[in-house]
Amino acid sequence: MNYFVNEKGYFGDFGGAYIPEMLYPNVEELRQNYLKIIGDESFQKEFHQLLKDYVGRPSPLYLAKRLSQKYNANIFLKREDLNHTGAHKINNTIGQILLAERLGKKRIIAETGAGQHGVATATVCALRGLECVVYMGEIDIQRQAPNVARMKMLGAKVVPATSGSKTLKDATNEAMRDWINNPIDTHYIIGSVVGPHPYPDMVAIFQSIISEETKKQLIEQTGNDQPDYVLACVGGGSNAMGMFYHFIDDEKVKLIAVEAGGRGVDTGFSAATTFLGKEGVLHGSRSILMQTEDGQVVEPHSVSAGLDYPGIGPQHAHLFKTGRGEYVSITDDEALQAGLLLTQMEGIIPAIESAHALAYLEKMSFKGGENVVVCLSGRGDKDMDTYMKYFNL
Amino acid sequence: MSRIKELFQTKKNILSIYYTAGYPGLNDTVQIAETLEQSGADLLEIGFPYSDPVADGPTIQASSKQSLDQGMTLKLLFEQLKDLRKKVSIPVLLMGYVNPVLQFGVENFCKACVEVGVDGCIVPDLPMAEYEALYQGIFEGNGLSNIFLVTPQTSTERIHKIDGLSNGFIYLLSSSATTGQNLQVSEGTESYFSRIADMKLKNPTMIGFGIDSKETFDKACEYANGAIIGSAFVKALDANDLNGSVKTFMQKFKG
Repeated sequence: MNYFVNEKGYFGDFGGAYIPEMLYPNVEELRQNYLKIIGDESFQKEFHQLLKDYVGRPSPLYLAKRLSQKYNANIFLKREDLNHTGAHKINNTIGQILLAERLGKKRIIAETGAGQHGVATATVCALRGLECVVYMGEIDIQRQAPNVARMKMLGAKVVPATSGSKTLKDATNEAMRDWINNPIDTHYIIGSVVGPHPYPDMVAIFQSIISEETKKQLIEQTGNDQPDYVLACVGGGSNAMGMFYHFIDDEKVKLIAVEAGGRGVDTGFSAATTFLGKEGVLHGSRSILMQTEDGQVVEPHSVSAGLDYPGIGPQHAHLFKTGRGEYVSITDDEALQAGLLLTQMEGIIPAIESAHALAYLEKMSFKGGENVVVCLSGRGDKDMDTYMKYFNL
Repeated sequence: MSRIKELFQTKKNILSIYYTAGYPGLNDTVQIAETLEQSGADLLEIGFPYSDPVADGPTIQASSKQSLDQGMTLKLLFEQLKDLRKKVSIPVLLMGYVNPVLQFGVENFCKACVEVGVDGCIVPDLPMAEYEALYQGIFEGNGLSNIFLVTPQTSTERIHKIDGLSNGFIYLLSSSATTGQNLQVSEGTESYFSRIADMKLKNPTMIGFGIDSKETFDKACEYANGAIIGSAFVKALDANDLNGSVKTFMQKFKG
């Protein structure tokens, strides 16, 4: 079974580039050049240098001892929360800004939900001196004020998306409209493994550093680079794809993707795409998305803005459909409790997104001795308001 | 002969009007078509709304949202169009995004179009490669035209390929832009239109995006077989005087 992209831009039945003609030249330019540019020695050198000296990689693989005792397994946390800007998002924006420069682009646009990808994009634009415009849902702008301020301080223009549900999906629509209207000088840094081919593959390649390092670190710490399980949360699915990437072809490693169940999968307030979605086309690729019978996209709900998205990337849809990955869901309450648990047992406040992955440990049973890697995709600073309200802190 | 072919063979300066089905009132769809034909429209593009219309500007986004909020679906649209051909004789196209078509089923969608007398479709986010591989047979088997878009950035090679796959007309975008922005015919635009005119394509061409006055319409007709008006018309629709607002708008172009 091939779990990776084929020459037509598909992962099995999913992927492709369902875009209006206005976007064709931009996407085609990227498609023709991305592998060549990424494979270039000077690109690799600059990319890895920045990941090391600017982002602070490799991020530690931390054996969480008290958590391991509680769950009767060796629980390793891949500490993407320790990256510069606080999450895995920067791995991708570093890669894409270097690519955009090599394509001669002068202006960068991005969409953002929680603001993590927006901050990571504004950061690399400041680093390289490029103009930056970030689209963000009007509602997210209100609920993520500190990240909006960070983007502005970094010199980005933050444009509110006022259509639809005024969240991540609508910010993505606005960014695509901007790209249609600025076809020559602009590069669109998509923040997840979604969008038209080659984005899902390209973003996965940039995030694959997560599993590349994890394998090396597991060898050092356990003598074995094959964990029994790897877990990660999935909105669009970029940290999960990075965490899975180098384990995908090793079928002994079980891949567990944790979706946001919101208030509960059957409550009408959920973002559990594989449970509630059907095959269709959203934001330029064929995948699984939450939609009505008439094919209108349904508004998702999750307590975490980063998982509040009605689709998943096409490679995830393929891993789900083939059964290679196990897709599960965790509710808002379960995630928040898991966030508190990690904080009090290990002294790490996780992003609520990442807390979804941690929460699934509660539902697993271990014989003892299994090696389990959880991607701690981001830190919880941005979520303090939500934690404070929920736990009356 | 198909209605579209006949239109292009017999008329010049073709005026095509786009509007959103189910807007301003849910059941206005056929009434607007009838009034448009009576007021001199040559071709109609009826938009079926989608929740995430990325190629559209604020006017068509808003009309799409209102239509969906009022309960529009593809199924309902085909019911509304059941008696279309008793009232309207000019060619009619349906225009919308690919996901609702996929959920309806491509085969079912084409059959339903034929049953109500729709002549073709414009699906901006259905790429040429996918159309060729999966859908061309179904469209052509049902005698439906599929209209492709061309922008100033589309390569000559690709335009020829689009011409080969088209069987109605080619939709020339005046610029790479979302709908509803003014047409500014710069030197660059003129040389793009002239380049296409010189390519001697087998299909006729229509210019769209940004046509909002008699002046821009006439300008577009210098380079193509006609022009398409969308956002400007949708903006002019008045729910309190539907027929009046349609007629007043059309007088600007046909007056």
